Amino acid sequence: MTLAVRLMASGARDVGRRRWLLVYGLFYLVLTDALFRFGGTGSRAVLSLANVVLGLLPLVSAIFGTMYLYHAREFIEMMLAQPVSRRALFLGLYGGLAIPLAGSFLIGVGVPLAWRGALSDAAGPVLVILATGVALSLVFTGLAFVIALVFRDRAAGLAAAILVWLSATVLYDGLVLIAVVLLGDYPLERPLIAGMLINPVDLGRVLLLLQFDLGALAGYTGAVFERFFGAAAGSLCSSAALMLWIAAPFGFGLRQFVRKDF
Amino acid sequence: MTVDIPRHATGSSAIEISGLAKRFDRTSVLGGVDAVIARGRVTALVGPNAAGKSTLLKCVLGLVRPDRGFIRVDGVRVTADPAYRRILGYMPQRAAFPENLTGEEAIALLREVRGPDAAIDFELIERFGLGAELRKRVHTMSGGTRQKLNAVAAYLFRPSILILDEPSAGLDPVANGILKQKILDSTHRGATHLITSHVLSELEELADDVLFIIDGGVRFSGSLDTLRATTGERRLERAVGRLMIGAAS
Repeated sequence: MTLAVRLMASGARDVGRRRWLLVYGLFYLVLTDALFRFGGTGSRAVLSLANVVLGLLPLVSAIFGTMYLYHAREFIEMMLAQPVSRRALFLGLYGGLAIPLAGSFLIGVGVPLAWRGALSDAAGPVLVILATGVALSLVFTGLAFVIALVFRDRAAGLAAAILVWLSATVLYDGLVLIAVVLLGDYPLERPLIAGMLINPVDLGRVLLLLQFDLGALAGYTGAVFERFFGAAAGSLCSSAALMLWIAAPFGFGLRQFVRKDF
Repeated sequence: MTVDIPRHATGSSAIEISGLAKRFDRTSVLGGVDAVIARGRVTALVGPNAAGKSTLLKCVLGLVRPDRGFIRVDGVRVTADPAYRRILGYMPQRAAFPENLTGEEAIALLREVRGPDAAIDFELIERFGLGAELRKRVHTMSGGTRQKLNAVAAYLFRPSILILDEPSAGLDPVANGILKQKILDSTHRGATHLITSHVLSELEELADDVLFIIDGGVRFSGSLDTLRATTGERRLERAVGRLMIGAAS
């Protein structure tokens, strides 16, 4: 266990020095500050921020996670030639990427929110957006690792990462819309809630929008969700599903990593 | 008076490979390899491209799980338990450390992984004159410097078994000479080496034994002198050439 922590620290040091991570954090910083400067106060700015975070964060985590693991191939071989267990190395690689990734989001968004006073104005939504961002960073780092372990070919892996992101964002919304238009006469509540549970980005969105008491703006699934569960149970339920979304790709990736031939 | 004998250092083989088979998808890469790597000697692992050399090394390192057969390293069977790799040193043929760590941090990472009790050998750092270079980040190092770092890493913990994969690739003649000397010195101290290289003339100077594999099987295993005697060729390159012709016919 201590070995995994050491590997994590060393991975985080390596990733933390990369220029794109700095750019990524700065982007959040500038964006958050700008939204407060031009987009009004408190929860309205947080709402606009949420829309960008839900789109951009999964994309960045998925793509950089996939590339990171492909790039670490020689390092993995080197470390596995040491008396290091595969379990510890996988934990080290995962933490070494996810920690700086989530950290740069937390700092980039959290610092301007704090100095703009949003922490006192809209403490609930702010905490939820920070937690959702961290959770989605973990989810998509895990998915990226699974992709990089399943596809040997880097180009195929990158395409798969983009496809996963597209499915969770654009394609998913489109499909829900089509379903609602075509099957509007049927009771769609249960299938739509089931659909939402298989999409971590939608879970994050519902979680956020339930905070604003704006269920109607949470897209169709959000509205259904709120009516179905009510705000409190809805938040609890989607948080739990999001936790599962962190655990499942991590667990599957670990399994692949332990069995893989390098 | 007691004599301190390492627990497993009783047999004569450092690495024992038995019936080792591995397929990738539908292609058989190793088809039942039996071989013994003798203790305290330098064994050259040679063979044409795609003969299965890398896969064999990776099986010894535990990077690839064989379908059938087993490997014993210093008497300990290779399993998922990584402890047997304490006595191994590995020099990969490509740069291996995270690009944004400095050389010193890379070495510190290896030391953390091995624990505080591991014996340390900094000789190669001094011989290569790497002192100042190690404060640079890996991505700013030249290919040769990275390769030197890989060599340092291989010998860092005074391993009793060394696996060197194309060690001379990317090294200048001076560095190559230093590494060769290190191989000879540690062999004198009883270390076992398993080396692959495309530069056969270089292996010739170092090798005591030759393990020649082709199409995933052992074509020749024995001392360099025996190889010379059986093929009637002095030069390793020509001797290996004869073996390949023999294998084709």
